[in-house]
Amino acid sequence: MKALNENISLETEQIDPQEVKQELLKKYPTKVARKRAKQIIVNRVSEEQELPEIGANTRTIPGIITQRGCTYAGCKGVIMGPTRDIVNITHGPIGCGFYSWLTRRNQTRPDGPEDDNFMTYCFSTDMQEENIVFGGEKKLRAAIQEAYDLFKPKAISIFSTCPVGLIGDDVHSVAREMKEKLGINVFGFSCEGYKGVSQSAGHHIANNGIFKNVVGLNDNVKEGKYRINLLGEYNIGGDAFEIDRILDECEISVVSTFSGNSTYDQFANAHTADLNTIMCHRSINYVAEMMETKFGIPWIKINFIGAQATAKSLRKIANYFENDELKQRVEDVIAREMPEVIKVRDDVRARCEGKVAMLFVGGSRAHHYQELFREIGMKTISAGYEFAHRDDYEGRKVLPSIKVDADSRNIEELEIHPDPERFRPRKTDEQLKKLQDEGFRFKDYDGMMREMSDRSLVIDDISQYESEQLIEIYKPDIFCAGIKEKFAIQKKGIPMKQLHSYDSGGPYAGFKGAINFYREIDRMVNSQIWKHIKAPWQESPELAAKYACD
Amino acid sequence: MLLRHTSKEITERSALTINPAKTCQPIGAMYAALGIHGCLPHSHGSQGCCAYHRSALTRHYKEPVMAATSSFTEGASVFGGQANLVQAIDNIFTIYEPEVIAVHTTCLSETIGDDIPQIARKAEADGKIPEGKYVIHVNTPSYVGTHVTGFANMTKAMVDYFAESNGQKIDQINIIPGYVEPSDMEEVRRIAEMMGVRVVMFPDTSKVLNRPQTGKYEMFPSGGVTVEALKTTGASMATIGLGQLASGPAARALDTKCGVSCEILDLPIGFKATDRFVDTLRKTLGITVPESLNEERGQLLDIVTDMHQYFYGKKVALAGDPDHLIALTEFLVSIDMWPIHIVTGTSGKKFESRIREITSNSPYPINIKAPGDLFLLHQWIKNEPVDLLMGNTYLKYIARDEDIPLVRMGFPILDRIGHSYFPTVGYRGGMRLLEKILDAILDRQDRDAPEESFELVM
Repeated sequence: MKALNENISLETEQIDPQEVKQELLKKYPTKVARKRAKQIIVNRVSEEQELPEIGANTRTIPGIITQRGCTYAGCKGVIMGPTRDIVNITHGPIGCGFYSWLTRRNQTRPDGPEDDNFMTYCFSTDMQEENIVFGGEKKLRAAIQEAYDLFKPKAISIFSTCPVGLIGDDVHSVAREMKEKLGINVFGFSCEGYKGVSQSAGHHIANNGIFKNVVGLNDNVKEGKYRINLLGEYNIGGDAFEIDRILDECEISVVSTFSGNSTYDQFANAHTADLNTIMCHRSINYVAEMMETKFGIPWIKINFIGAQATAKSLRKIANYFENDELKQRVEDVIAREMPEVIKVRDDVRARCEGKVAMLFVGGSRAHHYQELFREIGMKTISAGYEFAHRDDYEGRKVLPSIKVDADSRNIEELEIHPDPERFRPRKTDEQLKKLQDEGFRFKDYDGMMREMSDRSLVIDDISQYESEQLIEIYKPDIFCAGIKEKFAIQKKGIPMKQLHSYDSGGPYAGFKGAINFYREIDRMVNSQIWKHIKAPWQESPELAAKYACD
Repeated sequence: MLLRHTSKEITERSALTINPAKTCQPIGAMYAALGIHGCLPHSHGSQGCCAYHRSALTRHYKEPVMAATSSFTEGASVFGGQANLVQAIDNIFTIYEPEVIAVHTTCLSETIGDDIPQIARKAEADGKIPEGKYVIHVNTPSYVGTHVTGFANMTKAMVDYFAESNGQKIDQINIIPGYVEPSDMEEVRRIAEMMGVRVVMFPDTSKVLNRPQTGKYEMFPSGGVTVEALKTTGASMATIGLGQLASGPAARALDTKCGVSCEILDLPIGFKATDRFVDTLRKTLGITVPESLNEERGQLLDIVTDMHQYFYGKKVALAGDPDHLIALTEFLVSIDMWPIHIVTGTSGKKFESRIREITSNSPYPINIKAPGDLFLLHQWIKNEPVDLLMGNTYLKYIARDEDIPLVRMGFPILDRIGHSYFPTVGYRGGMRLLEKILDAILDRQDRDAPEESFELVM
């Protein structure tokens, strides 16, 4: 890994990150600076693998221009958005439903033309002033009935927006009542925007809701020898399709994906899988925990972003199943896929080696995508998450030391016990011990900081002002963030890749995805266009000779 | 079929909106506030609203859209947002140094009843507002009105906060351009200036949301109406508001507050509405219309006469905002096209009667719904197909399913560029609109033509 980065420009190496940190804080009022100082960390991994502590999952300071969204956005937009056949009704004024309508580039592929697909629809109760004054439950009830009459879906879910929480509409009792009346599954989410400090709270509420109301309702076991769930993958730009392709080739069957290209029935029999694999740990690690406790499904962290990471993850899954035939098949697939990956990678690396990147996105994307950059010889000198918690930075082992504050306490924690009928240990204690003795790691992740070099700057909930300063100081070759940041960065002449919904393009997961990403980054960091920002007369302003005709 | 569940059979819905043709007030307020020079819009509520509005505007304009938020969590939602807003004002002036903070409320802060002027006074008393800087506000509950009303309300707030009058008149007129693209604002100004009129235009998002690539990022670019100019609006000779809904409230407020008489016209889309705009300028100021403008008008009409065979009798379905739809319908009717399905998300009885009046000679029954949604529009189309769709990007799903050409117009346009650079108002804008309509219709004719009638000369 280090060898790849030897060509990183000396300029960058000579910048003192501590001084940069002070520079970022300089303009802030004292109280703001004090708080931000805890969230801006100069990375250092000690010999004992100890890390500095980072402030994360704390409130955004009012008036600071942040990347973050809200709980509703996390619940309806991120987690439930990619689900195809549930009618998702936003209970609230029109805006929330409107903005979360098709804007994340989640792709889906129904089995046939007759199959349900509601992702192209936006359903809202469009609350008006009278509903705020007199309550909106009646309108919600009527809306559910109308949705049922028109679409006859398998399930309807309801999302509460800010004013719904304030006026006290009981969406859960309306859901229960309509479930009884219609005979389909109807469930609600109390995901008002003001809950929690970021969209992460909404992920938690959505996942809890799916776990409580859907998982375990269908005991049909899907065919297949190696049956896994893929958790924390949202099929942005078709990522899940590529992962499915690879797993298919390995003859590993996906029982359910949470929640890219997912269906109601997938959730309902997720408990029949034999292994949970986790992509975005921030979005969903608690679901894996709950499934293990309730149904006996072990979980592991995997990562399909990056060709090496994909190969490693496939091997990890194969090792878990302890089957030589599977191990061989995985090796065959890797051997078949890698030549093309290596060909493109080496071609691209010739032009990208030594360039530097910054990544400020999401709850694991800022981490996982560093792998792809590394593969083409680029170094990430600064990164941070938009809505992560400390464990995403420092690794899962810090979990016990994370203090629960008021903003986390208001997110429901489900109390989970083994299911009396469905709990089935997938491995015996001896099998588990043997695997662990061989170095196999269950329910664990290292976090981002351990995989970043010393002196890199790790920044939680980065602000607009800080990103601007970082760019001025480091002049990175590429900056990765979201749509709100994109054009301010580009105006400075720095290419900006969106890693939430990718702008365009994708998939970037798996082997084909890696190839797409290498080419995309090559296009961006080596584009001619940045050289044309100055007109010829701005480049050399000296006066031209006077046209001599007189 | 992407909208495979949309049935031909239409049932009455009283509670469920499906595929809305509108969004909420605060985003309109944010857009208007960006049209003040040196202004940072501020969303008083939970941070998701601000994130959503910035994202939507960014995707539409492909430009930086900055705005701050009070970042409410549960505490503020229960105890009120005063502490958050005072802190936000302090942070904003310290870090970003705008001239103006334009606060708009969200459904959250509206429902708990935060009193923004009182909070702003508190911030001022606490010394958080630097000398010569301003905090203005508008109430924009999302459960009242739409993005159009939010725009209108913030524009009116500019008058409420800044317009001054001491009885003296200045030789200038106010133009309130309506909820249109930066390119349209630029074009309105160009037309007025061609006529030699001195104009104060507000809001003005040109040179803010269609910036050049310079290698530099400026949070507060050169465009936007200045506070100084806004102050003088109370002393102008007259106000012309374009678009009843978006510009009416501000124009009337100026009349009430400072006695500046106003004329509220339709958006100048198409030659008839542009004629009225130009003629109003002419009469108000007693000036002659320059030949260059007559030439542009003549060119627009020339295109219509040259290509009339392709416009004549075509049926169109429209979705958009009321001010746009009224002007657009009139334009289409004037070139013998027939808008037959018209949906807006913004309510208004006047809207419906205006459209009925404009389409009164139509040989077809006209479907109008205000407020309606795109689901209903699609159902109407299934029952009575059209030759052309005009509206925002969300119509592309209907266009694909029903195989109808689409001309993108309105908000939001997420998948094409041009709208922020090329106007659709004025005579020049009319030419561009006709070009787009013809391209869509003729491309379809080429695509569908059997080999023997595939024509080189059309």
